[in-house]
Amino acid sequence: MTDLHTLLNEATCELNTVTDLKSLDDCRVAWLGKQGKITAQLKNLGQLPADQRRDAGQKINEIKNQVAALIEVRLAILNTEKISAQLAAESVDVSLPGRRQSLGSLHPVSLTRERISQIFMGMGFDIEIGPEIEDDYHNFAALNIAEFHPARAMQDTFYFDDGKLLRTHTSTVQIRTLKEAVKENRLPLRAIAPGRVYRRDFDVTHTPMFHQVEGLCVDEANNVSFASLKGIIIEFLRVFFSQSIKIRFRASYFPFTEPSAEVDITCQQCHGAGCRICKHTGWLEVLGCGMVHPRVLAMAGVDSEKYSGWAFGVGLDRLTMLRYNISDLRALFENDLRLLQQFSGLTA
Amino acid sequence: MKISEQWLREWIGSDITRETFCERLTMAGLELESIQPVAGDFSGIFVAEVLAVEKHPQADRLRVCMVKVSEIETVTIVCGAPNVVAGMKAALARPGAVLPDGMKIKAAKLRGILSDGMLCSARELGMSSEHEGLLVLPIDAPLGADVREYLQLNDHIIEVSITPNRGDCLSVAGLAQEIAALTNIPLNIPKITTIATRSDDKFPVEIKETEHCPRYAARSIKNINPAATSPIWLQERLRRSGIRSIHPVVDVTNYVMLEWGQPMHAFDLAKLNGGIAVRMATTGETIELLDGRTVTLNNETLVIADHAAPVAIAGVMGGVASSVTASTTDILLESAWFSPTTVAKSARHYQVHSESSHRFERNINPELQEQALVRATALIQQIVGGTASAIIDKIDTNHWPDAREINLRAMRLKQISGMDIPFASVEKILAALGFAVMTTAEGWHVTVPARRADIHAEIDLIEEVLRVYGYEKIEAIPTTAQLKVQTREIRLASELPRVLMQLGYHEVITYSFIAPKLQQLFNPEINALSLVNPISADMAVMRTSLWPGLVNVLQHNVNRQQTRVRIFEIGHQYIDGKEQNVLAGLLTGNAEPLQWGSPERTIDFMDAKGDVETLLINLGLTVEFRKTAQPALHPGQAADIYTIEGRHIGTLGALHPAVLQTLAIEGAVLVFSLQLDSLAQLTANPPQYQEISRFPANRRDIAILVDASIQAAKIQATIEQAGGEWLQDVTLFDLWQGKGVPAGKKSMAFALTLQHTARTLTDEEIATQMKSIIMSLQTEFSAELRN
Repeated sequence: MTDLHTLLNEATCELNTVTDLKSLDDCRVAWLGKQGKITAQLKNLGQLPADQRRDAGQKINEIKNQVAALIEVRLAILNTEKISAQLAAESVDVSLPGRRQSLGSLHPVSLTRERISQIFMGMGFDIEIGPEIEDDYHNFAALNIAEFHPARAMQDTFYFDDGKLLRTHTSTVQIRTLKEAVKENRLPLRAIAPGRVYRRDFDVTHTPMFHQVEGLCVDEANNVSFASLKGIIIEFLRVFFSQSIKIRFRASYFPFTEPSAEVDITCQQCHGAGCRICKHTGWLEVLGCGMVHPRVLAMAGVDSEKYSGWAFGVGLDRLTMLRYNISDLRALFENDLRLLQQFSGLTA
Repeated sequence: MKISEQWLREWIGSDITRETFCERLTMAGLELESIQPVAGDFSGIFVAEVLAVEKHPQADRLRVCMVKVSEIETVTIVCGAPNVVAGMKAALARPGAVLPDGMKIKAAKLRGILSDGMLCSARELGMSSEHEGLLVLPIDAPLGADVREYLQLNDHIIEVSITPNRGDCLSVAGLAQEIAALTNIPLNIPKITTIATRSDDKFPVEIKETEHCPRYAARSIKNINPAATSPIWLQERLRRSGIRSIHPVVDVTNYVMLEWGQPMHAFDLAKLNGGIAVRMATTGETIELLDGRTVTLNNETLVIADHAAPVAIAGVMGGVASSVTASTTDILLESAWFSPTTVAKSARHYQVHSESSHRFERNINPELQEQALVRATALIQQIVGGTASAIIDKIDTNHWPDAREINLRAMRLKQISGMDIPFASVEKILAALGFAVMTTAEGWHVTVPARRADIHAEIDLIEEVLRVYGYEKIEAIPTTAQLKVQTREIRLASELPRVLMQLGYHEVITYSFIAPKLQQLFNPEINALSLVNPISADMAVMRTSLWPGLVNVLQHNVNRQQTRVRIFEIGHQYIDGKEQNVLAGLLTGNAEPLQWGSPERTIDFMDAKGDVETLLINLGLTVEFRKTAQPALHPGQAADIYTIEGRHIGTLGALHPAVLQTLAIEGAVLVFSLQLDSLAQLTANPPQYQEISRFPANRRDIAILVDASIQAAKIQATIEQAGGEWLQDVTLFDLWQGKGVPAGKKSMAFALTLQHTARTLTDEEIATQMKSIIMSLQTEFSAELRN
């Protein structure tokens, strides 16, 4: 019988040289396997005199347990090494850019339109969309603008051969929406109508196409007034600019509303001190509004004694320029990617 | 309207500051446009007389002038202005004077000659922005007078924007009345001196069209002094309102128009033939207008004619033939009331916008005509002398603007305003504005002054009360919200862009009108709607597709070194009189932005299709792509998109190489369009939950060889049909043509997932199902099974 201590030394030496899991397993088989060296010792026990067997068996088992323990230790070491190696090999430069598609953007005018729509939807307004090609009736006559009314000169209109025209304001939707509401017995009515409008004007501050949002509310005469119009406009501007701004209502004239007002806010550039942008007044005009003219209500088939209404019209492009600090209107329709990219993502 | 503050102050006095009355005007509806000092801030500049002018010996462009500064002193001034002449009066800055730009004048040598000051231009004094040479002062300007005082330059030009309803404010009188009402100050109405007239001299005047001209007043003034010139105060006041001095008589008519709002016209009486007739023109008559144009008249144009020919387009502009000139000695002054519509029609038809037509279109006070004549006569006699005839005043009361009496109900005022306005305030406001007010049981009975042509109804009075009372005093009523559910079309237009943004697309907004050529390139089959009056040839027809606009944007950006472009737009296209709401996209360049972690790859049809599919999957739609032919699209890479019910909802494809060539665009460009109106009509129900199978799913792959021409969707459909209810999913995961595959064939590999909802499938069951799928493929497509 081999000296068990020599055997243990031999096993220890061998295990210490093992550097990978496969060799370790081979080693385990070589020592503790069915044909293993220590197993062989146990098999040989039978050849010993009976009185020595128990003692010898105990010793062999001790050695066997020691070798098994050594293998466990070695296994733990090798496992740790293996994971460390894997970690080292798989480490990445976290500063590298991720793999991704580019991020697109919504047009700043759309962002403004969406923002306004959200505000008014929250206040219970429907969103209506009317046609852009209109007739004289909806664009002018029904809005109390007779053929030779000087207000027509305020808006140079694009015409088609058949006398139709491109709407010069979203107020056209007032008539359509009102008439429909009357027909379907849907009064009171609260709606906004965002959309493209057209005027024959092209210079530094005008593009032949631009955007407006029309707002309309018609209700029983005791439920709607200039005071409630003020309420809604103040609420809208306060939420839209999400900051405390001063707002003033100035008397003005539109053929389709009376009384009419223009609404100014504190100049966003100089905060009221006066600058070039606000023509040194400290105020910026942002929208026009007023009580729907009784004649307009009557033309849409609404009893103007029983019902009153108010309407407003706001220039989307102007609000966009104010909100995003864009100084050139024409840049909005050039669609330069270098501008559009600045409006990527959910924060815009 | 621009007006001198000094002039206004003759009416409103000096108790109220400029800031206050301008603020009140702005808040009450007459917005202040600007306030400009009439001259810059200068001092030490006096009237001087140029005695002699000689060429500077050392400089071609300079003159050496002997300038008399007082009866006892003459100085030498070197001057570069071309209009310097001996005998003129000019503004001289002596050493010590300060110009508006801060420059202090000193005696200085100019090319060797000492100049004892500087002769000034209007520009140097901050009175004009034009380079017009020296400011020429009237010959009677007193020598040595301070120019600032002489020209009354301590004044401001106030520019107020007058809305079309307030024609009554297009004058000093109108504005002053408004200011007085708004600020509670008394109004000083300057007295108009009446003069003695000869009553025997009556020029014949006849109104033939009383409907268009219910009142025509005139008077002749004979033997005026043709050599007289307009005094400086008159010239200056006109200048401050932007009107040039022309002739003393014309200047007076303009002055009275600015002062009272009544446009007037002066004819050279000697050039009038027989008498005046206010009539319609005969078609074909012509007139040479004062702006130099000769126009051919039509029979809807109201004219002032003498017994031979038209001498003016009524209310718009006079003719050259009868105009007042430097040799005129006898004049006929006109002061009439023309119908606003008649004047507006003429002004628009002949494209003349004059100070006169501007006022007539906005209604002038029908009670002003005689008063204006009297005022003008007094001024004319003061300046050029002459003998005035009696006033000829023709009136047809049948067409006279109606006197207006309106009931204002207190209840209605409260309803519209939303607040209680004290009755005393209402009465005070209306009275201050010139309305006669009587209280009634319901409120007030109001008589409207003739000059307020804009007031017809109760609502007009309500506006008057509110705007003067002050909008700021109306307390806002907070809004109450009401819940609403938005329509699907609105939701689509707001949600689809967000999906596209995540796919890398930028939203653009292009003009709805495009170049006809571009429209024809994309939709030669459609006759586009043309604008009668486009802003330019490139914006002349309404678009029949959004693609041309997107292509324009592509070109704009390609020209700015962008190679990868992904854009979309939502907007209308206009076909056969219908407007369709469309979402259209365009993509070109690499599939992904340049990056280290992904190989560069140019986009192709399938990238565009994938994006369109993503959009449609987001809407819960199952669709079918069918090959299509469109003039602008590549015939091999174009598809129409249909719902499974067969409704056409869109198109996608590569732009035709010939189109790209015409547009000089390089590289593949893919486009797509979806009809939002159609999509909105497809109802999308909320997803309904399906029980998840607790039993294992089995994946089986099959690879087949088929003819290259067979469409993938057809093969997929066959597999799905043959797969029965156990087949949960079929995914094409490999497609190959080329090496290892016979010519004309393609190799396709599908991954199939089979699963039972209530039990585990056995291998035998799966094998049987797979066999039946393979058999179907063999029968329908002669598919060969690959290993």
